[in-house]
Amino acid sequence: MMLRTLLPASIILCAILLPLAGHAAQLDELISPKLELPSSDTTFPDGPGGEAMNGNCLACHSADHTLNQPTLPRNVWKEVVDKMINVYKAPIAPQDAATIVDYLARTKGTT
Amino acid sequence: MQNHDVLGRHMTRRLLLGAAGMGGLALLPAPARAEETVDLRAPGGPSTRPITTAYPQKGRMILQRTSPPWLETPFEVFDKGVFTPNDQHYVSWHWANFPSEIDLDKFRLTVRGHVNQTLSLSAKDILHGLPRVELAAVSQCAGNSRIYMQPRVPGAQWANGSMSNALWTGVRLKDVLDRAGVKPGALQVRFGGLDEPVVPDAPKFMKSLGIDHARDGEVMIAFGMNGEQLQLLNGFPLKLIVPGWCAVYWIKMLNDIEVLDQPDTNYWTATGYRVPDKPHDTINPGQSGFKLMPVTRNFPRSFITNIRSGDTVPVGAPAQARGIAFGGDCGVARVDLSIDSGKSWQPTQLGRDEGEYGFRQWQTQFTLPSRGEHTLMIRCTNTNDEAQPDFPVWNPAGYMRNSIESIHVVAA
Repeated sequence: MMLRTLLPASIILCAILLPLAGHAAQLDELISPKLELPSSDTTFPDGPGGEAMNGNCLACHSADHTLNQPTLPRNVWKEVVDKMINVYKAPIAPQDAATIVDYLARTKGTT
Repeated sequence: MQNHDVLGRHMTRRLLLGAAGMGGLALLPAPARAEETVDLRAPGGPSTRPITTAYPQKGRMILQRTSPPWLETPFEVFDKGVFTPNDQHYVSWHWANFPSEIDLDKFRLTVRGHVNQTLSLSAKDILHGLPRVELAAVSQCAGNSRIYMQPRVPGAQWANGSMSNALWTGVRLKDVLDRAGVKPGALQVRFGGLDEPVVPDAPKFMKSLGIDHARDGEVMIAFGMNGEQLQLLNGFPLKLIVPGWCAVYWIKMLNDIEVLDQPDTNYWTATGYRVPDKPHDTINPGQSGFKLMPVTRNFPRSFITNIRSGDTVPVGAPAQARGIAFGGDCGVARVDLSIDSGKSWQPTQLGRDEGEYGFRQWQTQFTLPSRGEHTLMIRCTNTNDEAQPDFPVWNPAGYMRNSIESIHVVAA
C-alpha cells in the first residue's frame, strides 16, 4: 500500500524535475566568461638550429606542436616548412628556412 | 589493420610518488603535485602526452598543443555515455589570436553579400528572435586518428579523441538567411569567426558551404551545447553546426556570414583540407597522379570502449563488450563484433537513438573459445549501407581515417 502511493508520486516528481535540470529552455541569456589561457615557455633545445627554431616557429605555435610530430623524411619536412612560409606567411628568411629544415631532419628525420 | 587503443592505462605520477616520499602532498602547489601522462600508443612515437586541467572551463584533457590549443578528449570518456561532457569536449584552433572574453553588448553576427538586406544580429536577436531547434551531432576533426596512419604524416597528432558529441541548441541557418533574403544567383555561403591570424598576411580561417546545403534546414547556428551556453574554447557565443560534416566547417565564434555569387577563393575553402579523389580518400603511400577534393562529410566509425588492447578476458565464459558508433552523415544501421580477426561477425544491440548524427551506444556478449591471443574488431554499417573499410585508410594529409578498429586481448 505504501509503495503504491509512493511510486506514482516519485514518477511525477521526476517528470517535473527532469525537464528543468539544465534544459535548453533555460538558455535565455548568454554571459561571457573571462578566461586566461595557458601559455607555454617550452623552447627548442640549444644546439645547431635551435636559435632559428625559437626565433621563427614560436611566433605562431608553441613548441609542443613540433615536438609531438613523428619522424618524417627530409622532403616532407621541407614541404612543411615551405607551407609555413608560403601558405601561412611565416616571415622566415631563406637562410633560416634551410636551417630549420636541417634541424627537423636531424632531430625528427627518418633514417 | 592497425592495433592500438588510446586508453590512459599507463598514467604516471612520477612527481606524486616523489612528493609522497617527502611526506606531504597538501603542502605542494597543485601544478607540481602530479604530472599525469597518457600513452597514445603511436607507432614510432612520440606517444606520451600530458594530461592537463589548466584550461578554463575544461576538465582532464590530453594536451596535444598548448597554443593555439589542441586539447583531445581522453578516450575513457567515450565509455560513459553518448554525450561528451562539455568540460571534456575536444578543442582545436587554427590561429592563436582569438578573444578570451566577448563583449556581448557589442557582439554582432553580420549577414551580408548577395542578400536583399544586410543583417546585424545581436546574441539576443539569435536567442529570442528566431525559432529554436535542437540536434545531436558529432563534431569530428578531419584529422581525427591521424597519429595511427602509417607511414606517419605531419599535422595535429590526434589519437581517437578529436571527436565529441553534443546536443546542440540554436537556430536554423536557413531562417537567418531567409531573413536577409538570398538573391537569385547565390552560389555559396562563407563563414568566419572572431579568430584572426597571428601573421598579418596569413589567410583568415573561413569555410564555405554550397547555398543549397546552407539552406537545408539542418545546418544550425548554435548557442548551446548539452543545455549550457557554448564553452569559450568551443566557440562561444555562436558556432556553426554542420551535421554529418567534419568539424573544419563548424566555425567557432561565428560573427560573419557572407553569401557569395562567385566561388569562394579563400585558401581554406579553395585549397586547404584536401584528400585524394579516390574511394575512402585512400591512395598508396608514394602514389601520384590523383586529383584532390575537399573533405566534406563524415564516414561511419565504431569503437570498443570497455576493453583495451592487452586486457585479459576469461576464457570460455561470457564477457561484455560495449562502445560507441556513428554513421557519419546518416544514422547507424548496425554494429558488428568479430572475435576471430574479422573472419566472422556477430551483431550487437544498439542503444537508444539520440539522433542520426550523434553517437550511438552498442553492446553485446562474446565468449572466447580458447586460451591465448585473440583479435577483437568492431564495424559500423550506416543507414546508407556504407561499412567501415577493412584496410588502412591513408592519404598524405592524414584525413578521415575510419578503418575498422582492432584490439588484442588474451583469453586466460
